[in-house]
Amino acid sequence: MRALANVLALTIWLGASATALAQQPVNKETVEIGLSTDTIAITSGFRGTDLTVFGALDNADPLIQRQGRYDVVVILQGPERDFVVRRKDRFFGIWVNMESVTFQHIPASYSLASTRSLQDITTPKVFAQLGLGVNNIFYEPTPDGFESSAALKEFSTELPRLKLKQKLYSQRMGDVQFLSSTLFRATLSLPANVPVGKHVARAYLFRNGEFLRESTTSLNIVKAGLEFRIYRAANQHSLLYGLFAVFLAVITGWMGRLVFRKD
Amino acid sequence: MMGLGFALGIYLPIAEISVNIFVLFGMGAAVGFLSGMFGVGGGFLITPLLIFYNIPPAVAVATGANQVIASSFSGALTHFRRGTLDLKLGSLLVIGGIVGAGVGIYVFVLLRELGQLDLIVSLLYVVFLSTVGGLMLYESVQSMRRTRAGQLATLKKPGQHNWVHRLPFKMRFRQSKIYVSIIPVLVLGGAIGFLSSIMGVGGGFIMVPAMIYLLKVPTNVVIGTSLYQIVFVTAFTTVMQATTNQSVDIVLALLLMSGGVIGAQYGARIGQKLRGEQLRALLAMLVLAVGLRLAIELFVTPDDLYSISLALTTGAS
Repeated sequence: MRALANVLALTIWLGASATALAQQPVNKETVEIGLSTDTIAITSGFRGTDLTVFGALDNADPLIQRQGRYDVVVILQGPERDFVVRRKDRFFGIWVNMESVTFQHIPASYSLASTRSLQDITTPKVFAQLGLGVNNIFYEPTPDGFESSAALKEFSTELPRLKLKQKLYSQRMGDVQFLSSTLFRATLSLPANVPVGKHVARAYLFRNGEFLRESTTSLNIVKAGLEFRIYRAANQHSLLYGLFAVFLAVITGWMGRLVFRKD
Repeated sequence: MMGLGFALGIYLPIAEISVNIFVLFGMGAAVGFLSGMFGVGGGFLITPLLIFYNIPPAVAVATGANQVIASSFSGALTHFRRGTLDLKLGSLLVIGGIVGAGVGIYVFVLLRELGQLDLIVSLLYVVFLSTVGGLMLYESVQSMRRTRAGQLATLKKPGQHNWVHRLPFKMRFRQSKIYVSIIPVLVLGGAIGFLSSIMGVGGGFIMVPAMIYLLKVPTNVVIGTSLYQIVFVTAFTTVMQATTNQSVDIVLALLLMSGGVIGAQYGARIGQKLRGEQLRALLAMLVLAVGLRLAIELFVTPDDLYSISLALTTGAS
């Protein structure tokens, strides 16, 4: 069977007032994003896909719009988990995990799409304040760590690099496109190893480099299929699962004997 | 593009990677063939091969133990029926084994939390594979020389007593016709249990020579008693791994086991027909090659010095 991610057809929040109120004074712009479903079920053979999010920009100033000075950044952030980053060093010629730093409440996945490259949208300071972008997520080390501040800095720059390498974090510049004066489409990455749980989608609206407002919606990612049921059994009923594994092995060994009996 | 590759692919729910069914089935069959031919459990080959195939070491070890049950169960049953199994001695070994496996699981969890599990598993394999492979190669070359010189290949006679027989708490084992202290029996069982939980092996390759040379158990009951202990200890290890680490992958185990039982049948038939020494030398070289490959990986500079993993919560889950 083919693995399939439920392809999302997404509700378009086209405000009925979009065109009528275009004459309104500036600073009343709103941004909305919507998902047609609140749950995506992915089967075990899932190899990653693109998630398309549609959104609407209402009450836009036509002049600024013509100049292309509206920017939208859309992110999809996975559930928060604690992660350990380790560094290997040589120890008698062998590579051994030596120093490590544990980080708390780190989004397990983070996918970003923007109208333009981030430095063209606004200043790094604004992004830092918003905590927007792979390098601006707050990487909080465990409070009881003995690590020096230099080590903390080093490991907190390695964390997003490793996440990007695993494709769990991604930033796609130019993948938010305006389809009309009000409608935009953001294409985000759902990697093959996307974590299950509650994901938050958030759209940030900028005008001339100034952050205006954001809009949030959530999405639940669940896994389906036999393999996932096995996974769940292993975690929720681990004793029964272990006994079943033993039983299966005994039966397999015994069957082999029956099938291949010589006499 | 997806046609053939996808048809053969299967997703392992616990290892969380997609693998080729036939590679794993073939791996099980090849190791089963060797184990049938040489009368070894095969766990010590399966686990490193799984690691080479990018199965996470924690899953490879736990699933390796599960797989060993299948390859040992029918053998143990045969020996039980023939009466070539010392239940009393075997049960004492099982008691030691369960204690050892319990300690092993505790160490396993600790190493996993410290991020050193993969390293320790590799190191243990390098030590054991190179020792066992080296000894086997030496023994088979010696035996080939003797055959060439026209002499009969004879095993060293396990007649005389050694230090083991001076230990206290002696017990009589009628089936094995030995009178020996229970201390070395429990210690041996415990050591095998420990290795079973950390390395995912049955431990027959250590148990059999130890029983012959240390405990002076007659060779006719050694294999049966060893298999009896292996079945119970690996079963215990499997359940413990499943409950503490959730690292037993039954889909992976099933693929390996079904390949294994089939391979073992053919291996056993061919093993009876072929000359022993050359085959043992070949197996020894294979074991050494696997050990060498693992050893090289320890020294080669990794592609990425940094790694990231989920932080494991300390204590019971």
